[in-house]
Parts: sequence; structure tokens; C-alpha cells
Amino acid sequence: MDLRRDVFQAIADPTRRAIITLLAVHAMTPGAIAAHFDSSRQTISKHIQILTECELLKQEQTGREIYYHLNPKKMKTIADFIEPFRNMWDDRFNKLEAVMKQYKTKK
Amino acid sequence: MERKTKIHAEEGKQDLTITREFDLPVALLFRAYTEAGIVEQWMGTKVLKLENRQHGAYAFETSDPQGNVLFKAHGTIHDVVEDQKIVRTFEMDNAGFDAQLEFLDFDELTPHTSRLTMQIIYRSPSHREQQLKLPFSYGINMAHDRLQEIVSKLK
Repeated sequence: MDLRRDVFQAIADPTRRAIITLLAVHAMTPGAIAAHFDSSRQTISKHIQILTECELLKQEQTGREIYYHLNPKKMKTIADFIEPFRNMWDDRFNKLEAVMKQYKTKK
Repeated sequence: MERKTKIHAEEGKQDLTITREFDLPVALLFRAYTEAGIVEQWMGTKVLKLENRQHGAYAFETSDPQGNVLFKAHGTIHDVVEDQKIVRTFEMDNAGFDAQLEFLDFDELTPHTSRLTMQIIYRSPSHREQQLKLPFSYGINMAHDRLQEIVSKLK
């Protein structure tokens, strides 16, 4: 498997997370994104490429400019991983609460 | 029932925070973590050892009705302050996830309600993602097994 295409690997990098944060506000051209960083434009476009490969970003052609925007569907897969984890803890804690309420009345 | 448990997991970080408010006095919430018999009930696991004191240790084990061990975990207790906090490690045996550090803070909200804040620190962001995916892949496997069961009945 190409690790670069793994969405969790992609978001493990701080620069790529910063790009996601920028694009969460509005779509931007590669130049506008790069202007926010000290790194070279090449480095930033490499990061954009990785994010695009794992489908976190989508390209959109507007006239002569290419705009990048977030792919909400892919961003949701990250949230979806957390949901079963949360449910697991919620079930446990619901049980804890029920057990301790019983315990309280027994005392 | 309303989902009251919150997970705060910032993208790419190696820790996460689980918070939950309980309709219980803080002392009862704390006791749910310190009495082996109670832990067994809500965690659904057998408690082999639970020494809630500095430099203490704990061990859990879950078996199926045939006696096959399904889940085994252990850790050491770093610090315990009654009705306030527990600091401990946690590691699942033979899972390859490595140890994680857990800070459990118990707070009184009112005399009848309390809040648990559990910060879990993993070895790396990717260790955290693996752990997060665990219930997810477990759910997929369950669905897969059920599907196989149905399909095998069709044959």
C-alpha cells in the first residue's frame, strides 16, 4: 500500500494540517496557499499533491486558475472512525452509571 | 438515550480526551474505578488484579464461554488521589499497540453530579489512529461474520 495515500498518514504532518485549516475557510489557489508558509512553493505543492492523492482536497478549475477546496466526504471518514470509538465508551459509561445507581440504592 | 460521552481528538495529534458527565456523586464515580467487583460489571471483563495505589498494578482478562481468552490488558498505577485523579498506563497484551498513558480526572459538578475527563496519550499519532480504528474494524468484522453466517446458510 502506498502510505502517502493513507488519509491518517496525510494528516499526521503539521504543514498539511495547516493547509486543511486554511482551506476549511475557503477554496484557494496553490499560490495563495503557499503565501501562508515560509517553505518553498515546491514543498507546499508536494503537500497539496499528497492531500489531493488521498482525496482530502479537490481541484476546481475557475478560468485560468486552479482552486483547491476540502472534500467534505473524505473529511467525514475521519470523523466516522471516531464515532464507533465514542459509542464504545458511551456504552461502558452508561453501564457504569447504571451499576452505580444500583449500588447507591443498595447502600 | 442521549449520547453524553464526548471525544476530543485533534487531527494528527498523539493524544485524545474523553469526557463524560455522570448523574452520580463524585465519590461513587471514583469507586466505580477502584472496586474490582464494580469494574467487572461495567467493563464486562474479569479483574485479575487491581491495586489502586502508587506503584500498584492492574490486569484485566475477558474469556468467551469456552474459556478462550479474547482480551487481556494490564497496566501500572502511577498516582491515585481519592475522588480526584488516577494516573496509569494501559496496554493490551499481544496487540502490538504499545503502552498508553492515561490521566483520569474526577470532578464534582454538584453534590449529585460529576464529570470524568480522561486524557489518553499514545506513543505516536499513528498509534492513536490504530486504536481509534479498532472499534471501527471490530464493527466491520462483526458485520462481515454475520454476512458469512447468512451466506453459509444459503448454501
